[in-house]
Amino acid sequence: MLRIEQVGKQFQNGFIALEEINLEVAQGEIVSLVGTSGCGKSTLLRIIAGLSLASVGAVYVDDELVTQPHSNVDLIFQEPRLMPWLTVRENVQFGLANVSPLEKNRRTQFILERVGLAQFAEALPRQLSGGMAQRVAIARALVTQPSILLLDEPFSALDAFIRMKLQDHLLDIWADDRPTLLLVTHDIEEALVLSDRVIVLRGTPGRIYQEFAIDLPRPRKRTDAHFQQWKERILNSLDLSLEQRLAVEA
Amino acid sequence: MANTLSYPLPRGASIRRFLRGASFKALAPWGVPVLLILVWQLLVQFGWISTRVLPSPLSVVQAGIELAKSGELFHHVKVSAWRAIAGFAIGGSIGFILGLLNGTFSLSERLLDTSVQMLRNIPHLAMIPLVILWFGIGEEAKIFLVSVGVLFPIYINTFHGIRTVDPGLLEMGKVYGLKPHELFGQIVLPSALPSILVGVRYALGIMWLTLIVAETIANDAGIGYMAMNAREFLQTDVVVFSILLYALLGKLADSIARWLEAKLLQWHPSYQEG
Repeated sequence: MLRIEQVGKQFQNGFIALEEINLEVAQGEIVSLVGTSGCGKSTLLRIIAGLSLASVGAVYVDDELVTQPHSNVDLIFQEPRLMPWLTVRENVQFGLANVSPLEKNRRTQFILERVGLAQFAEALPRQLSGGMAQRVAIARALVTQPSILLLDEPFSALDAFIRMKLQDHLLDIWADDRPTLLLVTHDIEEALVLSDRVIVLRGTPGRIYQEFAIDLPRPRKRTDAHFQQWKERILNSLDLSLEQRLAVEA
Repeated sequence: MANTLSYPLPRGASIRRFLRGASFKALAPWGVPVLLILVWQLLVQFGWISTRVLPSPLSVVQAGIELAKSGELFHHVKVSAWRAIAGFAIGGSIGFILGLLNGTFSLSERLLDTSVQMLRNIPHLAMIPLVILWFGIGEEAKIFLVSVGVLFPIYINTFHGIRTVDPGLLEMGKVYGLKPHELFGQIVLPSALPSILVGVRYALGIMWLTLIVAETIANDAGIGYMAMNAREFLQTDVVVFSILLYALLGKLADSIARWLEAKLLQWHPSYQEG
C-alpha cells in the first residue's frame, strides 16, 4: 500500500514543483498521474521512489516512511537504462540480491519467458530493439516481485504500435502478481487502457485537480465509444489551450 | 521456363569479390610496407643511395641476425622492456588513482586538478637536465621520465571516463540500493573503461617515445644505447635496425591495447568485432 500525505516539493533554486499532494493507492490498484509537462508528476514519482526527498509531508510504503529507495518498490523509466556491458540475463538479475542462486535462475528464466525474450537471454543490450530493451527493463523490475511498481512515461519513447502492444503486455504480466502500479504519463489513452483510477495534476506548483474512477470493463478497447467519452472528459479536465491540446493528442 | 532467367554478373564482380575476401583483408595492410622495402632494396642495390646514408634492407636484417646470435639483442631489448614496463606501471597507477580520486570526489578535484594540469603542460622531456641532476644517468632517470610521460594521458582519460558516467545508470543502481563501493565497481568503473583504455593506448605511444629519447642521452644498455653505440662506429645498419625495433615494439604494444579493447569492450557499440 502507498500513502502520500501533504507532500510538497521546493527545489534549491526556490522553484515550487508540488503542493499539498494527498493520495492513497490500495494494493494491486493501477493508478495514472496525468498532466501537462511541468506539473511535477515526475517529481512526485521520484519522491515516492525515494530518489528525491519531499520538502514537506511524507510518503509511506507498506506503512514505512520513505527516506531512500525501498526494496519493495521498483521503477521503470522512459529509457530502458540497461547496463550495456551486461547480458539480458545479467541485467534482469541486476536488482535481485538476497536470493539463492537456484531461485535467482528460476525467476529469471520465468520472467524472460513471460516477456518473450528467453532466446535473447545471452544477448547484449546493443543488439536489442527499443521495444525489446524496454521489455528487459520490465522484466528487471518485475523479477524482484515488488509490491509497488512505478512507471515514468515507460512507453513514450516507442512508436505507437509497439506502445499499444506493450501496454497490453504489461497488463498481462501484471496479472501474475498484481503489484500496485503507479504510472506517470501524458498519454491519456495509455492511462485509460491501464488504470483503475486517473488523477489529473494541474498548475504550477502542481496540485491534484481531479480524480476519475474508470469503470470501463476490461479488457478495454481503444476504439470503444465509452472509451472515447472518457478520453474527452479527461482532456476537458486538463483544460488545455488549443496548442497544448494538439500536442497531447499527437 | 522461369528457371532459365538468370541475372548477368555485374562487370568487375569477381574483382570486387576478391577485394572483400578474407585473405585480401588480412594481407592488404602489409602491401605498402612490402612495396616500400622492395623499392628501398632496389635503390641501394643500384647505387642510387649510399649505404652510408641508408643500408639495404638485407644488410639491416643481417645486422639484426648477428646481434641476435651474439645475444646482445636480447640483452638490450630486455633492459628497454623492463624500463618501459616499470615506468608504465608506476606512472599509470599514479595517473589512474589520481583520475579516480578527482573524478569521484569534488574536494579532491578542487585540491589537486589545477596542480595536475599545470604539471601536465610541462613537456616532460624538457625535464631531462633536471632529471639527470636528480637521478644521474641510471635506471631511475629513465623510469622516472617514462612514468611522468604516461601519467597524464591515463589521468585525463580516467577522470573523463568517470565524469561522463550515465547518471541514469547510477540512479538505477540507487533504486536497487547499491552501496557506494558497489555503485563504483558495478557501474562507474565499467562505464569508464572505454575511456581508460583510450588513455592506456595513448600512454603506450608516449612510453616508447620517452624511452627512445631517454635511452639516447647517456647509457650503458638498452635499444637506444645500441643505436647510439653503433652510430659511433658508423654502423648505419645497426642504427636502422634499432629504429625498426622500436617500430615493432610500438606496434606490439598497440596490438596488446587493441586486444584488450576487443576483449573487454565487446558490449560497446563502437567496438563491435568484425
